[in-house]
Amino acid sequence: MTPQLEIIITACIVSTACVIPGVFLILRRVALMSDAISHAILMGIVIMFFIVKDLHSPLLMIGAVATGILTVLLTEWIIQSKRLKEDAAIGLVFPVFFSIGVILISRYAGNIHLDQDAVLLGEIAFAPFNRFLFLGRDLGPVAMWSMGAILVMNLGLLLLFYKELKLATFDKALAATVGFSPVLLYYGLMTTVSITAVGAFDAVGSILVVALMITPPSTAYLLTDRLSRMIVLSVLIGIASAVSGYVMASLLDASIAGSIATMTGAAFLIALFFSPKQGLLTTYLRSKHQKTDFASKMLLVQLMVHEDQQEDFETTVTHMVHHMDWSIKFSKKIARYSVEKGYITRNQDQLFLTPLGREVARAAIVH
Amino acid sequence: MDYTIFMVMIGSSLVGCVSGALGSFAVLRKQSLLGDAISHAALPGIALAFLITMAKSPMIFMAGAMIAGWIGTMLVMAIVRHTVIKEDAALGMILSVFFGFGLVLLTLIQRLPTANKSGLTHYLFGSAATLLLEDVKAMCLMGVVTLAGLFLFWKEFKLFTFDKDYATALGFPVKRIELILTLLTVTAIVMGLQTVGVILMSAMIIAPAAAARQWTDRLWLMVVLSAVFGAVSGLSGALLSGFVAQLPTGPTIVLIMSAIVLISLLFAPNRGMIWEWFQRRQETKLLRQKLMEKHKS
Amino acid sequence: MTPPAVAVKDLTLAYRDTPVLWDIDITIPQGVLLAIVGPNGAGKTTLIKAILGLLKPAAGKVEILGKPYQQQIKKVGYVPQRGTVDWDFPTDALDVVLMGRYGHLGWFKRPGKKDYALALDALDRVGMADFASRQISQLSGGQQQRIFLARALVQDAQIYFMDEPFVGVDAATEKAIVTLLKELRKQGKTVIVVHHDLQTLKEYFDWALLLNVHQIAIGPVEEVITSDNLRKAYGGRSAFFVS
Ligand SMILES: Nc1ncnc2c1ncn2[C@@H]1O[C@H](COP(=O)(O)OP(=O)(O)O)[C@@H](O)[C@H]1O
Ligand SMILES: [Mg+2]
Repeated sequence: MTPQLEIIITACIVSTACVIPGVFLILRRVALMSDAISHAILMGIVIMFFIVKDLHSPLLMIGAVATGILTVLLTEWIIQSKRLKEDAAIGLVFPVFFSIGVILISRYAGNIHLDQDAVLLGEIAFAPFNRFLFLGRDLGPVAMWSMGAILVMNLGLLLLFYKELKLATFDKALAATVGFSPVLLYYGLMTTVSITAVGAFDAVGSILVVALMITPPSTAYLLTDRLSRMIVLSVLIGIASAVSGYVMASLLDASIAGSIATMTGAAFLIALFFSPKQGLLTTYLRSKHQKTDFASKMLLVQLMVHEDQQEDFETTVTHMVHHMDWSIKFSKKIARYSVEKGYITRNQDQLFLTPLGREVARAAIVH
Repeated sequence: MDYTIFMVMIGSSLVGCVSGALGSFAVLRKQSLLGDAISHAALPGIALAFLITMAKSPMIFMAGAMIAGWIGTMLVMAIVRHTVIKEDAALGMILSVFFGFGLVLLTLIQRLPTANKSGLTHYLFGSAATLLLEDVKAMCLMGVVTLAGLFLFWKEFKLFTFDKDYATALGFPVKRIELILTLLTVTAIVMGLQTVGVILMSAMIIAPAAAARQWTDRLWLMVVLSAVFGAVSGLSGALLSGFVAQLPTGPTIVLIMSAIVLISLLFAPNRGMIWEWFQRRQETKLLRQKLMEKHKS
Repeated sequence: MTPPAVAVKDLTLAYRDTPVLWDIDITIPQGVLLAIVGPNGAGKTTLIKAILGLLKPAAGKVEILGKPYQQQIKKVGYVPQRGTVDWDFPTDALDVVLMGRYGHLGWFKRPGKKDYALALDALDRVGMADFASRQISQLSGGQQQRIFLARALVQDAQIYFMDEPFVGVDAATEKAIVTLLKELRKQGKTVIVVHHDLQTLKEYFDWALLLNVHQIAIGPVEEVITSDNLRKAYGGRSAFFVS
């Protein structure tokens, strides 16, 4: 395998491992816990590093996960105490751990390969330098294997607890009565987020972890509201962002992590405008049509009411302007639309309901 | 006194004071984390400002940061208003994607053959020691404008934060009020980026206000206290990091602030947890005494 | 000829594409005590918000005392639903009541002696004079409602809109509010109240508007509250209430 391919594969593995817990984070409206956890784990990594003095020890992961859980616990404790609101509580805890981590690094680890830049920004370009040797054979970069293991774990947990996660995400009360503990699932999810964030930190940095956990699932959410489809779409969008981000980075000779994050954003922007269900452009066009349609129905109701009262007083476009407080242009447009739809006929300035129009008006009233 | 330490002290206390004051409104509006998104979103603005002008002037950097922070804020609002995506995810996306884009630009700048590109990375983690008189002047100007705005629109901000619908019914243009308040918040955040960095700036917005809220039930007192907490943390953080070797300023300030928050959560009169526990114990004791007396008679 | 307090002409309003109010056409004369009644989700809050210009209608217009709302802002007092604000906000009762003066003050100006006097007087009128400096989260539901009423009173308006002022309040507060409503009417003010309880309707109000997306009836309470109308509004469930 060439180093380039190794980087791309690693990036895709990281991306897939991140989006799976990410889907549940955004559905449960706790997306920013990924930001909090991925910053806070710095402290756990640094403290464990001082104890074991080895940057590749699995104990680093234990320290980091412990800090992640501690962040969640402390945040929850502040929220429960009712002294502060949720947003403030989230924003208070992680800077403390991050600051402790940064201070420890700059005071005691000045000349070791553990600096804040690496944690935050990561450098996946270095991934191929760190080889995984097994029985004397070179099996590829360590990052690929460690993230691969985390991906397998995340996939396994997803398959195992799919039903429970779905229920606890969409209907907490029901989940509790059926016997799953939503609290347990929540902390399980947060543990998974912590493990994934630590695994990814020296490969891609915490910012890309946040980008991958939140952006592809949000993009998928614009395209579908079925959970299973959302997961599959998130994975695909994540992989597409990873590959295109790598291409962009090598073309520009720029940060790979930054480029992948940018690409997740680009994918989101495309969906934001063009998603068939939620896109800004599509809803704009649809709401314009709905407004016309709605106004046309109002006109029909008006005509029917006055038809019943045997007056022809209000059935001209001019009177519509007056009565509904519409502009002349808008009234004409609505009249034209209603004629096109076959709801009314026009005789000079007078408007008359057709049988179809009367039916539509009656349906609108019953609505 | 050392010139550098003096600059750092003035700069840090200024940042603490202004972000404390404006942060009160962010916390009360339940928009604390918007600060996190704004500060991260500022990074590409700084980088673009440099790429376009090729000049290293604090005013230009801050202008770039403000524009980018502003665009980020508007995007968060638009996403929340027009799609199913909730605020937390919108904030997280803007935060990480803008920051990632900023990194791309920073790496591009690193590759440029120009000499005066150093200093840009200071904005990532903050580097108070690099504050120059020129920077502090710019920060002073921004601080004065921000605090003056807060003073001028005090009544409107209070009404808007407490009851938006009522403000509208009274005839106040709430959209414009929200715009001004957000602009002032963006200014306060951008002002602190060089000193504490993109990542920790949100703590400067949240922590002093969170602490101040515990001590008082008056808005003006909360804002004043928050500004004081911010300034004191800034000042003492700057001093500590000035005299202890290898102690970065931003994280030190944040830790001091967080200590104040913890003390406030535990010991503040009325709202403090230990205070409450103590109060409850007193009450039980009194009650028990009364019961005993009744029993005797 | 005096203009009607409120004239709503062919008002239709929709959230996205679901109509919430259909073709509302009402005229409320000055000096009445009117209850807006209808089932949950009938659009009562929406109607008030549309009249106050907080929501933009798809069609139709609203006039207050013969002119658009924007020109009559100072003649209208508003009591929103209690649950719409964060009662943990750091402020006291007097300060909230003072907010009622902000519209008269306009931009930048701070409340002066006269405003404080008016606010204290309003607190007294709702029986909350002793609670002026009490933090608002330490007030009971009924007391919070009275603070909101006092805030509307200092607006010194001609027409008052109140959204569910009787919900979640104690009996004493309910009585105090009713007394206040009658007092306001005696002064010639028009009061429009979203109300829930059909049983107290006749006792508290003289006019009623029965609403359920469409307007079902408006007029003096006895004329509006017929079993026929109620069936139209509530779908048969409430024939029970009509004696
Ligand atoms: N902001 C909103 N967006 C969409 N629908 C809304 C909104 N507010 C209210 N509705 C809907 O409009 C209808 C009327 O609501 P509302 O006026 O609050 O009813 P009421 O006050 O009579 O209980 C309800 O069906 C409600 O679900
Ligand atoms: Mg309502």
